[in-house]
Amino acid sequence: MAYLRLENVEAAYGSVNVLNGIDLDVEKGEVVSLIGPSGSGKSTLLRVLVGLNKPLAGRVLLEGQPIDYGSRKSLRAARDHFAIVFQQYNLFQNMTVLKNVTIAPVKIKKWDARQVEKDAVALLEKVGLGDKIKSYPDELSGGQQQRVAIARALALRPDILLLDEVTSALDPELVTEVLDTIRLLSKEGRTMIIVSHEMAFVKEIADKVVFMDQGKIVESGSPEEVMDRPSTDRAREFMAKILRH
Amino acid sequence: MLTRLAEELPQFLGYYNVMLLLKAALITLALSAVGCSLGLMIGFFIAMVRVTRAKLLVPVRAACIAYVEFFRRIPFLVTLMVVFFVYQVVGRNTTVFTVALTAVCLIATSYTAEIVRSGLESVNVKQWEAAETMNLNLLQTLWWVILPQAWKVILPPAFSFFILFIKDTALASQIGVVELTYAGKVLNNKGFSAVLVFGCVLLLYFIISYPLARFGVWMEKNLGVSKTGKR
Repeated sequence: MAYLRLENVEAAYGSVNVLNGIDLDVEKGEVVSLIGPSGSGKSTLLRVLVGLNKPLAGRVLLEGQPIDYGSRKSLRAARDHFAIVFQQYNLFQNMTVLKNVTIAPVKIKKWDARQVEKDAVALLEKVGLGDKIKSYPDELSGGQQQRVAIARALALRPDILLLDEVTSALDPELVTEVLDTIRLLSKEGRTMIIVSHEMAFVKEIADKVVFMDQGKIVESGSPEEVMDRPSTDRAREFMAKILRH
Repeated sequence: MLTRLAEELPQFLGYYNVMLLLKAALITLALSAVGCSLGLMIGFFIAMVRVTRAKLLVPVRAACIAYVEFFRRIPFLVTLMVVFFVYQVVGRNTTVFTVALTAVCLIATSYTAEIVRSGLESVNVKQWEAAETMNLNLLQTLWWVILPQAWKVILPPAFSFFILFIKDTALASQIGVVELTYAGKVLNNKGFSAVLVFGCVLLLYFIISYPLARFGVWMEKNLGVSKTGKR
């Protein structure tokens, strides 16, 4: 059984169906990339996993155990395994960089404060922001904020890291620094689900690429299979468009 | 004119008159202070209930919205009269002060609830989402993440409301509460010139509201501004 398994997951915003039966397996240590046109449900899939959108049907199984999204206890337990990084960073504006990274481990997970702080500093150094721990988010560039957000997610020691278009809101010259950070993580054997429009990057780091369209998985497989030799018309069309610009 | 005022002054500053004014000032202060603080507390609570999402609390939320929308739409004087007559119908033998206090709290609560609610809503919903995925519960999110960012939106209108509100308590004179405005009328009817009497009343209102305004500014400086001091 896969580490994380989605079975026929459906979700909707109001009356609009965004996910129409998603089946997906993610193995431990695997980097899975979700690609596809805007509105295909990639981000919603991540939001469903962390319980920001409630699934209407289907099951999500973590280590074989189904997550009950209707139960607060089950959801809280599931969230201990996930950490999500958002497109807009969503750092807490009223806290310093260090506080952003340490608040949940210290106050929610009740880990030892001194150790958490030490780890947080190490994480921030790893993402190249060791000198910014006392800064506030509005003093940082978008790329720096996003790297703080990644450090904040890592500080929770998640089993699965979810990255939701983490470079889409950044100026082009800031994209590289964030991608370098993610590249570093993939080398550590972290389990990640990455929603991204950075095709070259996806091809480089993903173990599995999933092409989605209109709330369905159209194709999935190795980056070469899905991106170089797509077997469906819809995927071919998308790849052609993406590669042309 | 000035000589007349000077002639009146010694008699005006007699024990009875000064005590009347000071007692009245205390009544005004009590009405405002209790109204504002109780209003702020309950208003906060209502605003917090309104950000909950639990289905179980739907009726409570509806009641909160109905209350806030109702009392913000009727004039203070009307509320005062309604409370006055409701107390009479219920048959409770209450003082006019209690009537005024009840009305003051009803009004202040509805306004602060709305001010706090709009302040909470001014914070980007994504801050809530980030906190939620990190397993912060509702109170933790409010206290650690949302409120620190909402203060700067809540404080200025809250304090301008409080200051307006101190002046609105003058309406309690209409049901016979001897607060500042009422005391002014009494002294004026005793024959002291209006300039002298209401000059004093004005000064007392100012003495009550000015520290509050300064306190508001202080709070905004210490809670409201971005802690970076840059933006």
